[in-house]
Amino acid sequence: MSPVTAVLRRELRSYFVTPVAYVFLVMFLVLSAILTFFVGDFYERGQADLQPFFSMQPWLYLILVPAVSMRMWAEEANSGTLELLLTLPVTLAQAMAGKFLAAWLFVGLALALTFPLWITVNYLGPADNGVIVAGYLGSWLMAGSFIAIGACMSALTRSQVVAFILTALACALFVLIGMPQIVDLFRGPVMGKLVKGIAHLSMLRHFAAISRGVLDVRDLLYFVLTTFGWLLAGVLLLDLKRTR
Amino acid sequence: MIETDQLTRCYGNLTAVDALSIRVEPGQVLGLLGPNGAGKSTAMRMISGFLVPTSGTARVCGHDILREPLAAKRALGYLPEGAPGYGEMTVREFLHFIQHMRRLHSEADWQRFDQVVQQLQLEEVLDSCIDTLSKGLRRRTGLAQAILHDPPVLMLDEPTDGLDPNQKHAVRQLIDVMARNRTILISTHLLEEVHALCNRVVIIARGRLLADATPAELEQQSRYHGAVSFSAPGSGMAQEMLGRLPQVAAIEVDPLDGRTTVFPKPGERILGPVQQLLREQGLEVSEIQLESGRLDEVFRHITAAGDGAAPAAGTAS
Repeated sequence: MSPVTAVLRRELRSYFVTPVAYVFLVMFLVLSAILTFFVGDFYERGQADLQPFFSMQPWLYLILVPAVSMRMWAEEANSGTLELLLTLPVTLAQAMAGKFLAAWLFVGLALALTFPLWITVNYLGPADNGVIVAGYLGSWLMAGSFIAIGACMSALTRSQVVAFILTALACALFVLIGMPQIVDLFRGPVMGKLVKGIAHLSMLRHFAAISRGVLDVRDLLYFVLTTFGWLLAGVLLLDLKRTR
Repeated sequence: MIETDQLTRCYGNLTAVDALSIRVEPGQVLGLLGPNGAGKSTAMRMISGFLVPTSGTARVCGHDILREPLAAKRALGYLPEGAPGYGEMTVREFLHFIQHMRRLHSEADWQRFDQVVQQLQLEEVLDSCIDTLSKGLRRRTGLAQAILHDPPVLMLDEPTDGLDPNQKHAVRQLIDVMARNRTILISTHLLEEVHALCNRVVIIARGRLLADATPAELEQQSRYHGAVSFSAPGSGMAQEMLGRLPQVAAIEVDPLDGRTTVFPKPGERILGPVQQLLREQGLEVSEIQLESGRLDEVFRHITAAGDGAAPAAGTAS
């Protein structure tokens, strides 16, 4: 077993020995259902697809992903186990990879547990399952980017509460920046163009395309790069803290 | 082997470790001694690779901690201060995790696991959560974690802190056994520990090396070294006569228990003459002792002198 797998297994187990995992899973499933059926007008639309479900996902992740990622490094720093972990023969990047993968798999499990929705939609009418698979893939990729932001924020502080708030804020920024209402606030030759450019960095925009079933390499690349970028920032931050 | 080379660490304006150069050879148990806040833990954190030195470097078994950190970490068993562990894991899970992290998967490694668990008497708590363990058991779990891979270099930050006398004894025995052909660096502020464990002592205060010697050499620096103390009721007259002995420098009487201590002049041996004089006086001596020196006094002397501008001259070993 490589150190990455060892860290991954330890992290995953620690989710499940504490109530965190169960609370998260229940919250995720309940909120998914509520948002899909009541806010997303699942029935009223009269279409056999999961658009209402997927369009609510960014907002769900906004609250729930910080709860998963907040303890990632903050808890280690607070309890002193960080010193133990970093004096084992493992690089920061390996430790980060193990922790990230554990959180990502965990959110993936939560996502997989929404399968009754998929069954429902197939029962109600002929659904385009290709689009639904693309939606799930996109949602999981987006979750990865959120978790990477959370990993970086968690490395920043030893307080889990601070990590939660910073992550939620950063994620909110990445979601909101793409909303047409926000973009329209800024007009004029310079600001307007600038904001429109920044809007391309929004999770919403790239996720919307994937969840409609359009698998564009640029959208996939966006999520992969965002994830790697934030994880790298987290590793650099941890390394910087060793010198301060 | 551990070598530190001008190892320095600053926190803002504060220099926690100041150009520390020490070298610990296999077979040596070096006690890093110093008051609280002297820089012991900071020095160990740098050697372990947890903190990056502001300047200077260290080597573990010849592996530079900055250039070959993983090789250095593989050669090192390290017990951080306070023996941290993942609270929600059982002792067994925790030790298995460490084994996986160190890629210890062979048959011999599993035997080693059983052996370490037995050595540290952890059998009964193997399936208890670390959170629920007593301070002593946590410390033992931390020690087990540090020696699982049978490292050539062992670094223990206050290994017996929080243990009861029996557990201290057990841990010291373990370190004693491990000391053969290993390099061991322990930090402590317990002077008895130095006596019990170390064959070399380095005293640091304010991050600076103040003395580097064997425990016996340090004791020789004590003004109690070679002194004779005794308890005898009604020895007032004898004290005056003792003071007139040519080898005697001073006499002190403890006001609490009336114990008399006779200090020799430098290089003089006074046990014989003192005993003879007491016998001649016909005094009933209930107990008499030749002092080897008091480490706590030397420690206070050296670390207090270190507070001044000029560092006290340490004895080189």
